[in-house]
Amino acid sequence: MTATLARHGWALGLLAVLVILLVSTRIIQPNFGASGLDSLARAALPFAFATVGMAIVVIAGGIDLSIASIMAVAGVIAAVLMQQMGDANAGWAVLIVLLAGVGMGAINGALIVITRVPDIVVTLAMLFVWEGVALLILNAPGGASAQWMRALVAGGVTLPGVPIEWTSWLPNAFIVLVAIVLIIWLPLRRTKLVLSIYAIGSDQHAAFRSGVPVGLTRIAAYGLAGLFAALGGLAITLSTGIGEPIPGPYLLASVAAVVLGGVALTGGRGGLLGPIIAVFILRTLRLDLTLLSVDPNVTTIIEGAIMVAVVMVGGILAMRGRH
Amino acid sequence: MATATAPATPSSLQRLGRIVQDNPIIPLIILLCALVGLLQILQPGIFNERWVGNTVRFAIPLAMLAACQTLTMLTGGIDLSAAVIATISAFVVSTMTPLIGPYPAMVVALIAAVLMGIINGFGIGICRVHPLIMTLGTSLIGTGCLQVYQRYVINTGSVIPEVLEWLGTQRLIGQVPNALFLFIPFAALILWGLRRTGFGRLLYALGANEKATRLSGVRSWQVLIALYVLSGLIAGITGLLYVGIIRAPSLSLANGLMLPSVAAAVIGGTSIFGGRGFYSGTIVGALILTVLNTLLTLLQIPEGARGILFGAIILIVTAVYVRITDQS
Repeated sequence: MTATLARHGWALGLLAVLVILLVSTRIIQPNFGASGLDSLARAALPFAFATVGMAIVVIAGGIDLSIASIMAVAGVIAAVLMQQMGDANAGWAVLIVLLAGVGMGAINGALIVITRVPDIVVTLAMLFVWEGVALLILNAPGGASAQWMRALVAGGVTLPGVPIEWTSWLPNAFIVLVAIVLIIWLPLRRTKLVLSIYAIGSDQHAAFRSGVPVGLTRIAAYGLAGLFAALGGLAITLSTGIGEPIPGPYLLASVAAVVLGGVALTGGRGGLLGPIIAVFILRTLRLDLTLLSVDPNVTTIIEGAIMVAVVMVGGILAMRGRH
Repeated sequence: MATATAPATPSSLQRLGRIVQDNPIIPLIILLCALVGLLQILQPGIFNERWVGNTVRFAIPLAMLAACQTLTMLTGGIDLSAAVIATISAFVVSTMTPLIGPYPAMVVALIAAVLMGIINGFGIGICRVHPLIMTLGTSLIGTGCLQVYQRYVINTGSVIPEVLEWLGTQRLIGQVPNALFLFIPFAALILWGLRRTGFGRLLYALGANEKATRLSGVRSWQVLIALYVLSGLIAGITGLLYVGIIRAPSLSLANGLMLPSVAAAVIGGTSIFGGRGFYSGTIVGALILTVLNTLLTLLQIPEGARGILFGAIILIVTAVYVRITDQS
């Protein structure tokens, strides 16, 4: 029990902060309820997926600056395919989008491994490339998304046989997020692949000498990040109803949430729980400031200041730990 | 693999590699000439004094902003806030000029730039935050502050100081842009500073092996703070020049130069891991990117395909560079 507590100490602290923020939201806006939670969860969904993807590559000791561009590509592919294939075949469209996401991520990873160019440079170059691809697919916002899929991430949970008042406060978008992350990450968590991802993140040379296929693992990590980025792009398209080829502000936000979530930027340490909670903290904070009718630009400053303060304190603590 | 099977006499490829390793600027200049040649083939007669003057004029702010990246990359860092700092100084100078006159406005703008540099330096040097994250964060904060600041000066209008317009748009001698009067001393100072001064050598030393440098008695935090303040100052000066060139201040004026400035330094042969790089390469890199931009505009390539080509070229050039110079 205490070991679990110690291991998840940071995540638990974040959870406490989130609860405090949600309670203060309720105090600021007394009629904040199910619909407020729902819009919060829906707004957080693309950020959460981007953050999970970013967290995986950061754990593997890399960084993916092209994550927002991959999301844009996935979003426009989804919008175009759903418009052409109709509502009934939207499931196939989703499958194609997810495969495209894995493909784009794997291309990023393969280029890093093959060219031996630093990951920052490769993903910076790919940021241009994927942004260009998104613009080629859809020159201006357009396309459509399937109605039944949009309903999937909107509104509250309804379970058969359970009174609706009991479950409807829980947003569908939140359930979708948790379910998808669990479905993808839980089976992987105990596999050799994830162990290898942590290994190359903490010490690449040691991992190589212990027989970890460093190149393949790196490609797999970027592929996984691409998968989550595609899910994020899909979430954007589903929440707005159209495809948007210009990448959103997800790169910075995802790095901020990863850092706040307790993943070491040097790689090898951290989990996915912390970053996801961190996304909700940042979103709730933004909501609170908006409800307090603070200027949205001041909100941006506060967000940036929090991110910088978190990494500064983290840096000082890490130095203390070393001495 | 190639080195293991090579005969005792060095192959021609190896010899080429060695020449390139000693003079890394040669392939860059060849690439630049090839691009200009391609441009001349596609649009005969484009290569004249006027075009060269214009290309140089637009390459200068990019090369100056890329100086921030070169200097910080030498220590293994990066300054992603440089473009935002340039935008801030450009916006501040053009909105403060009607209020307090051109020269005090420039001073205020540069103070703002240095202030952001100090914050970067504090975070990176003292708190040991990764430069990528620190400068991303300060650029976020800076953009927010700029938007709030805009609220207060919305009624004053904007005037661009004449001296900056003179520097940015006019030509004193033939087709030679006046911006060169600023850039040549600037480049000379950076080149000399990196090669001949203790500070320049400290940057290389920190990038090559920070632990060894610290053990030899260097206070690395002081060097890092000075470096990021210098980087902020350079970015601020770039902003002043750029607003003179563009003549229309906005809240995202120089932000488009962010990624190209990193690209220019990387193409120019500066290692993002630190310890290796030189400013002359960055200058050629900035010229290559500017010519490339002209080429892509000329070919009327759609925006999307331009992005793809731009990214692909950065990647290919860097990959070739890594292959040629890192034969070990």
